[in-house]
Amino acid sequence: MATLTMPQLGETVTEGTVLRWLKQPNDHIDLDEPLVEIDTEKVNVEIPSPFAGTLAAILVPEGETVPVGTPLAEIAGAEEAAPAAPAPTAKLAPKPAAPPPPQAPPITSKAAPKTAPKTAVRPGGDRPRVLSPVVARLAAEHGIDPATLAGTGAGGRVTKKDVLAAIETGPAAAPAPAPAAAQRAGDVATPLSPMRRAIAEHMLRSKRSAPHAWLVIETDVTGLVRARQALKDSFREREGVDLSYLAFVSKVVTQALRDFPPINSTWDGDQLYERGDVNLGFAVDVPDGLIVPVVKQADRMSVAALAHAIADVAARARAGRLKLDEVQGGTFTIDNTGTFGTTLSAPIINQPQVAILTTEAIVKRPVVVDDDAIAVRSMQNLCCSFDHRALDGAIAARFTARVKALLEAIGPDTAIY
Amino acid sequence: MTAVSIADAIRSAHQEIMRADERVILLGEDVETGGVFRITEGLLDEFGPQRVFDTPLAESGFVGAAIGAALAGMRPIVEIQFVDFILPAINQLISEAAKMRYRSIGEWSVPMVVRSPYGGGVHGGLYHSQCFEALFAHVPGLKVVMPATPADAKALLHTAVADPDPVIFLEHKRSYRLIKDEVPEPLPEVPIGKAIVRRDGDDVAIIATGLMVHESLAAAEQLAGEGVDCLVLDLRSIAPLDRDAIIDAVQRTGKVVITHEDHLTGGIAGEVAAIIAADAFEHLDGPIKRVAGPDVPAMGYHPNFEKAFIPDAERIAAAARDLAAY
Repeated sequence: MATLTMPQLGETVTEGTVLRWLKQPNDHIDLDEPLVEIDTEKVNVEIPSPFAGTLAAILVPEGETVPVGTPLAEIAGAEEAAPAAPAPTAKLAPKPAAPPPPQAPPITSKAAPKTAPKTAVRPGGDRPRVLSPVVARLAAEHGIDPATLAGTGAGGRVTKKDVLAAIETGPAAAPAPAPAAAQRAGDVATPLSPMRRAIAEHMLRSKRSAPHAWLVIETDVTGLVRARQALKDSFREREGVDLSYLAFVSKVVTQALRDFPPINSTWDGDQLYERGDVNLGFAVDVPDGLIVPVVKQADRMSVAALAHAIADVAARARAGRLKLDEVQGGTFTIDNTGTFGTTLSAPIINQPQVAILTTEAIVKRPVVVDDDAIAVRSMQNLCCSFDHRALDGAIAARFTARVKALLEAIGPDTAIY
Repeated sequence: MTAVSIADAIRSAHQEIMRADERVILLGEDVETGGVFRITEGLLDEFGPQRVFDTPLAESGFVGAAIGAALAGMRPIVEIQFVDFILPAINQLISEAAKMRYRSIGEWSVPMVVRSPYGGGVHGGLYHSQCFEALFAHVPGLKVVMPATPADAKALLHTAVADPDPVIFLEHKRSYRLIKDEVPEPLPEVPIGKAIVRRDGDDVAIIATGLMVHESLAAAEQLAGEGVDCLVLDLRSIAPLDRDAIIDAVQRTGKVVITHEDHLTGGIAGEVAAIIAADAFEHLDGPIKRVAGPDVPAMGYHPNFEKAFIPDAERIAAAARDLAAY
């Protein structure tokens, strides 16, 4: 008997929701056959079965949210994927199966369901866990996972009093939110969505752990504006997507990252990794928050290919259709805040990366040009936040200056393919 | 201070009100001789036949007459001998009294109080045991109060007579002499639309009307011995309902039993439950339970029928006990 556990679907993901079981108890499953759909705050994924065998028991019903590592299903007669066999992705590989019980129970339709309650993680796990509205709200407000509480209600149900007791004695968990800032007339209280919570945790962690330093460089993008203007209509007609400024910026950023490898690093614990691939993340605002899809090996792409890739991941991010590996593995992030008209912004670094760049609004301004004349130029600010643990100001400034130089060099002859 | 009955408190309220305001008149069946429950005893002697007078057995007629008197500047109190008999007057109440202010764009109003005993438990049989509060609570333009204590009965009658609009004033007939309590002097004002917490607790809220308040208090007492602390909320007014008090009771407990003697279906408990579902959903820690009279056409005369019909402390306690364990 082998156990499938809730996989760690992303660095900051702590829990997942079982959306749909694609197999029922006693169904035969092939290796890598889709077994269950999981929803996390980032993406929905189908988990392929790491074993071939028979689904003996489903331990977590549909709709339930459980922490990473929680047993999801028992698979009988499991032929585990040979260690060498490529797992779907490294992150999805399950933990080694639990040692078999002394007497492996025969897999019959009667025996199978009986095993479920014993292995379920919760007391009273044979009953679907009912969260009353007040329990759900209090638990969310205080960052408590009701699944971790011993319920004193009927059938082990976690009651309001159980949550209140946990809040009172509770683990020094998340900092207590300002004592339930009393709701006043006209206020609208909104429970935190999983995504909101994940963003909050991620941002707080970054600000807490990384000493942010910040710089801005003014860039003359008149050449870029003209080049894009000349190309954009035919490009749109030919390619079906917009030739975005962001595609040009991304192209030159990948070049600058190649020139300054320490910027393309991640800070993991006490180790700094200069990453071999340039995987660019793009901040995309979505209805209930923010998501950062990643375009892998962006340095191998042309401006045109980047325009396609960015439009594609942004659209799928907004539609909630990103695949898991499309939100992982970023090595540097670009935040195109200028879309909203900002001219300066101080972004928070997307951990464990060490720097982030914003592209600000392009505005026409009178500028003193080379021959001391005043000209109307299209100007753009590039803002860079960097982790001063990993980087010093000189390299961050040189990197940003390189992005500026490359952007200012763009003109009518710049190749976009 | 001595304890007075609800009957005495209501009589005393009539005296005070009629002494203070000459516009107040009292009419109804047998009110001259004190009425079936002797609530109006002595009022004829004190205030004379111009202000206290009997009516024929024709509710539509004398309720209509009272509406006319109210429109003409009087402050009539109408006694309906049993609320069961109010049905002939329902067209006057719903079509005229409730709508007068609205259809005259505020120019006219009907400052009238219709008092009436309701409820069972005194072997009244099919035609002397009914509860109609939900019927009237459904009609915008009518206010409906159901006092449960002598002090509230007295104070609410003062408030009702002073109110510029029609008030249906329901008195549980079994409570008249069963419930005795002190009535403070001076009497604190009780506004219409204000509930009151009769007992505090944080395990289960029991929301009750009229005589059920006392059954609920008995149930709470019983459960206290079992370690379950019940909050008992006396609604006092059922039209309008005290939304804030209802929501507050749910916030404090998370679990609610609503009880009334009236039939379950369409009873005021359903409205209270709807308020909770809409405005206190995120404070609920269990299903909302109702303990009410059954959906049978009437309460039989035999004590066994009465016992089967009227919710008592045992049934309320059982519901609250289940909820506490949920």
